[in-house]
Amino acid sequence: MDLALFERKAEFEWRIKPFGRMHVPGVIFASEGLLREMDAKVYEQVTNVAMLPGIVEASWAMPDAHWGYGFPIGGVAAFDADAGGVVSAGGVGFDISCGVRTLLTGLRAQDIESKGDIEAVKTRLADALYHAIPAGMGSTGAIRLDAVEMDAMLKGGARWAVERGFGTAADLDRIEEGGCMRGADPSQVSDQAKKRQRDEMGTLGSGNHYLEIQQVTDVYAPEIAAAFGVKVGDVVVSIHCGSRGLGHQIGTEFLKRMVIAAPGYGIELPDRELACAPIESPLGQDYLGAMRAAINCALANRQILTHLTRQVFSQVLPQAHLPLLYDVSHNTCKVEDHKVEGRLKKLHVHRKGATRAFGPRHPDLPRELRDAGQPVLIGGSMGTSSYILAGTEAGMGLAFGSACHGAGRAMSRHQALRNWNGRRVVDDLAGHGILIRSPSMRGVAEEAPGAYKDVSEVVDAADHAGLARKVARVVPLVCIKG
Amino acid sequence: MAATARWEHFPHQADVGVRGLGATLEQAFEQAALALTAVITDLAVAPREMIRLSCEAPDAELLLVDWLNLLIYEMATRNMLFGRFEVHLEDNRLEAQAWGEALETARHRPAVEVKGATYTALKVAQQSDGGWLAQCVVDV
Repeated sequence: MDLALFERKAEFEWRIKPFGRMHVPGVIFASEGLLREMDAKVYEQVTNVAMLPGIVEASWAMPDAHWGYGFPIGGVAAFDADAGGVVSAGGVGFDISCGVRTLLTGLRAQDIESKGDIEAVKTRLADALYHAIPAGMGSTGAIRLDAVEMDAMLKGGARWAVERGFGTAADLDRIEEGGCMRGADPSQVSDQAKKRQRDEMGTLGSGNHYLEIQQVTDVYAPEIAAAFGVKVGDVVVSIHCGSRGLGHQIGTEFLKRMVIAAPGYGIELPDRELACAPIESPLGQDYLGAMRAAINCALANRQILTHLTRQVFSQVLPQAHLPLLYDVSHNTCKVEDHKVEGRLKKLHVHRKGATRAFGPRHPDLPRELRDAGQPVLIGGSMGTSSYILAGTEAGMGLAFGSACHGAGRAMSRHQALRNWNGRRVVDDLAGHGILIRSPSMRGVAEEAPGAYKDVSEVVDAADHAGLARKVARVVPLVCIKG
Repeated sequence: MAATARWEHFPHQADVGVRGLGATLEQAFEQAALALTAVITDLAVAPREMIRLSCEAPDAELLLVDWLNLLIYEMATRNMLFGRFEVHLEDNRLEAQAWGEALETARHRPAVEVKGATYTALKVAQQSDGGWLAQCVVDV
């Protein structure tokens, strides 16, 4: 990216002055190095988003931003319904509420990974998890939902799952929205979307989705880490997946409906993928109802996967207990109160490949986390690090409480296939003590660690920019890959 | 002189582009569908079972996205892969037959599941050689 396109507002904050049809400036949070390497398409997409009606403050991009669909992946934009603001199916994306949750285990790395036959524990865990967690295309879950249960799940989210015996009420406190997104309207979810989900509850999916057993290697903010319950040497489990076929189908259907309807609303789309409708329009409301149902589907899905994970641990290591640290969603549009020109305003905040990162004392945080800030869980690529961050007071003012979501790809799948062989990637990682289990070696090659940017650089940029504070680093021990 | 029918993938940073080329628009749509299957598996898909599909859209580009999304939906709900296609187009209405077989993870080794066809890098156009091109990025 050409740095001359930006005004450097702070060391990690790069501003694009509004021009043409832009209503607000564009702002990219990044180090100079990350910005230089960033795809020029991000610039185009950030400025396109700034042209949408009713956008407030700025069109933001996080340090891991890359070329997405309409919105950049790593894009954040908030809209004011009173000012003709829009909701955009493209701004949420296909994998609605794709996200990460991290479970504590109470185990220490040596419990699963020291000398002698204990090494076998890690292998047993890897095999048992791979057996228990449906992963990859065509895999199905053990739960079939009839029409009544499907609607109950779409309204109830993780709360529905807990009521059905998947996990405990304590889990719900550690999920955004208390595990249940209000305002979900299952009647706006098409029969096709429901049919696509019929066999997919409790499945991991594929692509960049994973379940990892990880080890905490570094703690940077001991006080916050203590509040989160993590210390160096601890074993944790992280699950990355989304709303599966249901979310994909809702995204597909509403994208088309919004593209076709936009001219009727007098909206001139700079890019068809920015398909949107006024928040207050029937189509906008229908989408919000369906999208919230998809958020609940994702929350229920991660809750079921959590239950399956706990079952495996209870068989292999009965002494382990796996409380939920937190669950974050990446692709959402949520109604939140934020300060605009000194006054609180209700805004529809789109985060596309970006994580909500609420600062300390935010009323939506559970009591035990209120002083520490919201846990922000950043997934790496298999074989590299992941990070735990915390929302900050400053971040609330920078991009309405938002931070990065992951490493972001450095190269296409195409290129990755040319560079790596899946079997060799698995063997190399095994040499480093990381066990990979996946149904597809080509999938592993496409997801090779080297195909991703350095997540550490992204996290450092988010930390230095003030979006979120770096708390701990974890590395994988076992990775179940879809 | 019309182009021979073929497909290819083109790079997108996070995902992958599918491109179909052919002497006719129908062929380009068929080839784009083959490119879609190749995102998932390297293996030839046997034409054991045939299904009929149809969709319509306001223009040829939106129709391409609909066509691919229809296949994505059928793959997901029937747990099938498709390896042969016959497309007929009339006034932005598509009627098609798709031949395929049940997905077998151990044999097809699906690399990735496709979530949806997108409007990114979406293009349906006649080429200078008279042949047709149909392409878009699919989200995986």
